[in-house]
Amino acid sequence: MRSLCLLALMFVFPAAQAAEFAVLRPQQSSLVFVSRQMGVEVDGEFKRFKAVIAVDPAKPENGKARIDIDIASIDVGGTEAYDEVTGKSWFDTASYPVASFVSGKVTRIAPGRYEVAGKMTIRNVTREITAPFTLQQKADVLVIDGVFPLKRLEYGIGSGIWRDTDTVADEVQVRFHLTVAAK
Amino acid sequence: MTNRYTPAAISLHWIIALLIFAAFPLGIYMHELPLSPTKLKLYSYHKWIGVTVFMFAVLRLYWRATHVPPALPDKMPGWEKFAAHATHFALYALIFIIPISGWLMSSAKGFQTVWFGVLPLPDLLDKDKELGDLLLQVHKLLNFAMAGLLLGHVGAALKHHFIERDDILARMLPFLRREP
Repeated sequence: MRSLCLLALMFVFPAAQAAEFAVLRPQQSSLVFVSRQMGVEVDGEFKRFKAVIAVDPAKPENGKARIDIDIASIDVGGTEAYDEVTGKSWFDTASYPVASFVSGKVTRIAPGRYEVAGKMTIRNVTREITAPFTLQQKADVLVIDGVFPLKRLEYGIGSGIWRDTDTVADEVQVRFHLTVAAK
Repeated sequence: MTNRYTPAAISLHWIIALLIFAAFPLGIYMHELPLSPTKLKLYSYHKWIGVTVFMFAVLRLYWRATHVPPALPDKMPGWEKFAAHATHFALYALIFIIPISGWLMSSAKGFQTVWFGVLPLPDLLDKDKELGDLLLQVHKLLNFAMAGLLLGHVGAALKHHFIERDDILARMLPFLRREP
């Protein structure tokens, strides 16, 4: 079964055949976002996400990644806020349970620093984004750290009364910390 | 010894009083609102008022430390003097402790307090839901204690003015001063 999965991955990411396939360690990975409410930074987090990552540390430019985020695993620090952000005017998890990122081109911008372009899909709206990231090899794992801004209104996150960006800013910083083990 | 409060003391007393009369009902009202941009705004305003009360409380304590307040009338029974001093002491304590409890609650709930959206107060506590809920209860309890004390404080001032017909209220509200 496992080799079948691997085969499937190789099929999905033919360019990454030479790369080291890597498995996400969810316990050592996180997907955090920082929004601004009334000018104040407020943290949130997605607790569950799946990542299929293929990176060869020797050639990160050939790396590929697909991240699927379980939107209902969002933590915004309270049940009232949770009910609101999973509801119709925000993420509408009943209709759009998963958001995803599919990587495209990876470019090297400095030693150990790269930039990935890719397609971000939230609420069925797909936008091109780019995110700078760093790559660190530690013993048997590879640590990927990056941050990128996302404009929530482009995806229709927060409609109706929540379009007011004086209260909740349009721009949200998304920070990813991915620990992947070598296969 | 003077029988008057200085203009600074009178101003500080009434500024803090007005801020409390705004923040207290606002706190009760906003708490019941469903989550909306308005609610987020009101929470911010409430916090800004609270920080402002704290700032004025510091000034007030400084005034108190550098001045001798006018004495209570000699004809007041000892227990009344004691009750007056105890209430004043408790109110002084609460104008410090209540803003602090609100600030700590905000920290524990993961919402930093930024005074007028400009001056960030450090978060002394890490995000902790249970601690946040506990501090909410503390903040509420302290406020209802203050409301009770204020009823006594206002009631006593009115009794002094209308029943005892002394100058206790007038020395904090000079336009009420009766000419001798």
